[in-house]
Amino acid sequence: MKQEAGTNEAGLIARILAGEKELFHELIRPCERMVYLTLFAIVKNEAEAEDGAQETVISAYRHLASFRGEAKFSTWLTTIAINEGRKRLRKAKGAAEDSIEEQTEGHEGDFTPAPLTDWREIPLEALERKELREALRVAVAELPDIYRQVFILRDVEELNGEETAQALGITTSTVKVRLHRARMMLQKRLVPFLKTTAPARRGFFGRAL
Amino acid sequence: MKLDCKHVWEHISEYIDGSVDAKLREDIERHLEHCEICSAILDSTRNILVLTADDRTFELPVGYSERLHERLAKELESSGQDSEKK
Repeated sequence: MKQEAGTNEAGLIARILAGEKELFHELIRPCERMVYLTLFAIVKNEAEAEDGAQETVISAYRHLASFRGEAKFSTWLTTIAINEGRKRLRKAKGAAEDSIEEQTEGHEGDFTPAPLTDWREIPLEALERKELREALRVAVAELPDIYRQVFILRDVEELNGEETAQALGITTSTVKVRLHRARMMLQKRLVPFLKTTAPARRGFFGRAL
Repeated sequence: MKLDCKHVWEHISEYIDGSVDAKLREDIERHLEHCEICSAILDSTRNILVLTADDRTFELPVGYSERLHERLAKELESSGQDSEKK
């Protein structure tokens, strides 16, 4: 489905611009999950994210003619979503605190993973538990903004490093650093939660050795 | 070169993404062969990513898509009035 959207994308856009505007529904459909999650990664509030997602889509429609096709449509749309999210955040926080984009990754903080020895004994069923998904959601929501945004784009929406860098206006090496730290923070947060899981069985990923 | 655990941790994310060079990959794999702790860290991180990519983990609000397309339909309609009708 995604593949199909990719190959037809340019054609679809041309037809929309030529007047078949109803097709915009189809153009947006493969991206709507991504738009919402991008907004949510920034504003961290469901209603606000949904509103922002709608604004993003409307704005994309109005500015479709300015889409040059240098990036993928989804990346372009993500950029609009990020701007929309930042705008909302600024509004919410007030002009006094205009530091959203200035956050950088310092060297403070501990980004080492939590050691454990018996992970591979954790049963596959553990990954199926609702509580674990909930724990992951909470842990992601609690990541510092700069890490959460990269993590959501890379690991939830599965954009590649370059697309993520482009969308956030940072370098690919910054994406790498932030992604690594985000993953390590999540690993550390979730390990204690998983350790309590009972009966031993084979891990989901056997070691590829 | 022999890697220590800390060194492996620093590259674990890139290792998962397949973006370490061949030599480093080999060193990491050699380390993993005998290091239970690093293997467990690698597996746990991978499992978290599996869970992250699961659509059930990050769900959309119920009715999100319907509301989005409804709003869009209104926009398309009103934009049509400008260009097509008087």
